[in-house]
Amino acid sequence: MIRVQREDFDVGAELERLAAGNHRIGGVASFIGLVRDMGGSDRVSALTLEHYPGMTEKKLAEIETEAHRRWPLDAVLVIHRYGRLHPGDRIVLVATASPHRESALAACNFLIDWLKTDAPFWKSEETPAGERWVASRAEDEAATRRWSSQP
Amino acid sequence: MTALDRGRPARNAGQRPAVPVKLLYFAWLRARIGCAEEEIDLSPDVRDVAGLLDWLQSRGGGYAEALRDLSVVRVAVNQDYVGREHPLREGDEVAIFPPVTGG
Repeated sequence: MIRVQREDFDVGAELERLAAGNHRIGGVASFIGLVRDMGGSDRVSALTLEHYPGMTEKKLAEIETEAHRRWPLDAVLVIHRYGRLHPGDRIVLVATASPHRESALAACNFLIDWLKTDAPFWKSEETPAGERWVASRAEDEAATRRWSSQP
Repeated sequence: MTALDRGRPARNAGQRPAVPVKLLYFAWLRARIGCAEEEIDLSPDVRDVAGLLDWLQSRGGGYAEALRDLSVVRVAVNQDYVGREHPLREGDEVAIFPPVTGG
């Protein structure tokens, strides 16, 4: 399931719901992305996430389908927020449920790597030096590319 | 040939008519260009993404500034990533934006 929303989410309730009623599930893996208070060497007081409505949901759904193709998953959840956030706020939740932990953990890792390079979101940071757009990281591209030959 | 036709450049002969498309800009590209979206009629000699980027650069001002370094410009047509050779058709939604930074 994919959700793109302005509102915060309740991690406990979301994970509970993901596995509820399905006793085939032996493991739930999750990743939670938070707003950091530093960007490079500058203090960040707020972060605004912009996205491309329509394409965001489409790309996330494609990534979800690809995860199901690669691993035996019983459930996938991706919640990504947009709008203005503050240090410590949750940005993203990726959660996967599978009969065994290996699939759940690998799929969760895959989903967040792909999301970072494929989903059309952009971050703008508010710092003492002014507002600036976050630059993409070569490490993120490399993290996504390593999945092209796996599993 | 009518009197009206005589004034047109010869290179337009046999070419397709203008192609209406919707352009969307995001993040710092939107900020530099100064608008989030616009509808334009592509001139008949703009056939693909590369041609569109060239034409936008030629508009100067914020367009030229935003598109100065095309290595940091990504393009999606109808919400799928495409390469520079991707052809443009009537009614396409063309989004132009920097590398993504979500997650």
